[in-house]
Amino acid sequence: MKSLLIGEYREGRLLDTTYELIGFAGQLGAESAMLLVGSDSQLPAFNGTIYLADAGVCGEYNPDLHKQLILEVVGKLNPDCIVFMHTSYGWDLAPRVAAALKCAQISEIVAITDNGFEVGCCNAKMRRTVRSATGRTVLTIQAGAFPVAGREGTPCVEQLTTAVTSTLEFVGYEPAEAKDVDLAKADVIVTAGRGVGKKENVPVIQALAKALGGELGASRPVVDAGWVDHSHQVGTTGQTVSPKLYIACGVSGAIQHLAGMKKSDFIVAINKDKDAPIGEVADLLVVADVMQFVPALTAKLQ
Amino acid sequence: MKLLVCIKQVPDMESRFKPNGSGTWFDEADLAWRMNEYDEYAVEEAVRLREQLGESAELTVLSIGPDRVVEAIKKALAMGADRAVHIQDPAVADKDPWQIASIIVAHAREQQYDLIFTGMQSQDRGSAQVGVLVAEQLGLSCATTLVGFSYENGIVTAKRELEGGIKGVARLRLPALVTCQLGLNVPRYPTLPNIMKAKKKEIAALPVDGLLAEPAVAVTTSFHPPAKKGGGVVLEGEVGVLVDKVIGILKEKTAILR
Ligand SMILES: Cc1cc2nc3c(=O)[nH]c(=O)nc-3n(C[C@H](O)[C@H](O)[C@H](O)COP(=O)(O)OP(=O)(O)OC[C@H]3O[C@@H](n4cnc5c(N)ncnc54)[C@H](O)[C@@H]3O)c2cc1C
Repeated sequence: MKSLLIGEYREGRLLDTTYELIGFAGQLGAESAMLLVGSDSQLPAFNGTIYLADAGVCGEYNPDLHKQLILEVVGKLNPDCIVFMHTSYGWDLAPRVAAALKCAQISEIVAITDNGFEVGCCNAKMRRTVRSATGRTVLTIQAGAFPVAGREGTPCVEQLTTAVTSTLEFVGYEPAEAKDVDLAKADVIVTAGRGVGKKENVPVIQALAKALGGELGASRPVVDAGWVDHSHQVGTTGQTVSPKLYIACGVSGAIQHLAGMKKSDFIVAINKDKDAPIGEVADLLVVADVMQFVPALTAKLQ
Repeated sequence: MKLLVCIKQVPDMESRFKPNGSGTWFDEADLAWRMNEYDEYAVEEAVRLREQLGESAELTVLSIGPDRVVEAIKKALAMGADRAVHIQDPAVADKDPWQIASIIVAHAREQQYDLIFTGMQSQDRGSAQVGVLVAEQLGLSCATTLVGFSYENGIVTAKRELEGGIKGVARLRLPALVTCQLGLNVPRYPTLPNIMKAKKKEIAALPVDGLLAEPAVAVTTSFHPPAKKGGGVVLEGEVGVLVDKVIGILKEKTAILR
């Protein structure tokens, strides 16, 4: 089994997720090489060949060109699988490569089993086992699902260059919005999820946060709907937190939310659905209606 | 200018999912259906562009599936799409993303759309592949995960959402395809007059047989709940009792309550 790992590099930095790819390849028992559009001053520690293209020349987001580089290396190495992180870089680029190679793509793998790859579905409530029916397969792996490889080894570098014309032009980055609350410092976070029902109910969640001396957190739909400001959002596209106590109120537990809070010391979830995936990380799952339970808890604490 | 928005109908994610007879997907009995959340943002953005361009543009909504998907199509028409294509496929759930994309491509290749909108992924499968595969097969410029969109003079400016809240901005020349992320806009609720107007709009029904030539490239062998990690305590019962139990546990297990 031979794999080609596609490393990640953004805003002039090698991303740590690159080591998750190496960890995945280790579990797969695959012999691997890596392709990185990055910089020779930021190489990952890795025992193998790195095909390196200069991001300064090739661009950090230039999917047509990155695809072309991958196809060239695939031609040289003939790998069984091409592995990306399931991130904004990976899910954008992987299907382009799968389309060009006319091969299967298996997205957001969470585990390797004897029967195939496990992937999440139905908003993380369920799993599927999927097998490829083509000789070569494009894989994307869920961030955080596989062990991070130890940083050992010195890669052997082969430089790549290529040029393509593209109808897409990268303009630049916009920084994340400034935060007016630093959730990372809070000992207690009480988060409002979509299950709180409406904007008018958010103060009820806020009141519990206050009674516990904590901050208000929010899931993404609550922020998107304008119920709570973005600076309170927890998750992959918000803040990553690990308070002593995290109380998730009406949050289903999608992976992008869990990624931002699963390292909390003690997690309480209040959800009317006993099967909600938040139960997978919760130390305590209270099966109840948030709008009945939370005010009663707050009253008892005061 | 010809615009297309591709939508999927999915079950309500708060449903309880049970494996179907073949054990490879969910049993559809007793499920409530709705438009895939990501696609609602795609429809809204497409309708906004249709409004910006006025009569020089036409917006088609496309969905593949059994008859039930007409409900989702009607919603898109009531939101402002001009016409619809329903690709009739009772076995849509057995198709892999490659096949779904190929079906859309078979239709879109003839129609020569200038700009296609899709959700970035579906809530049930979550493969995040179909939009990009369509773009690649048709040779369209493509950007995924949009949280910002604008169009002027043949150029789309796409704001992509990256990890940690950073955005990446790119310009795409038409023809193009964009996949839409949550929060791109605020999808409208169809008003009663628009629901009535939508009833008169055309829904062209096409059998899938004439459009699918590709075999599946990935095979699902099992659909099952995740293995329970265990450890967590589950409390059910009357609210007053729950409150006392929770306070007891917090006192014991955390340093927050003394
Ligand atoms: C690229 C990407 C990035 C993302 N980034 C983030 C992120 O940073 N943060 C984030 O949170 N999400 C993020 N998401 C979205 C994520 O996938 C989920 O859609 C989101 O987390 C769901 O939020 P929720 O749990 O509040 O809502 P839902 O999934 O709708 O869940 C609501 C929950 O409330 C329960 N409920 C309903 N009513 C009640 C009631 N009366 N009492 C008790 N419980 C009730 C339901 O059973 C359900 O479990 C991202 C998605 C993508 C694709």
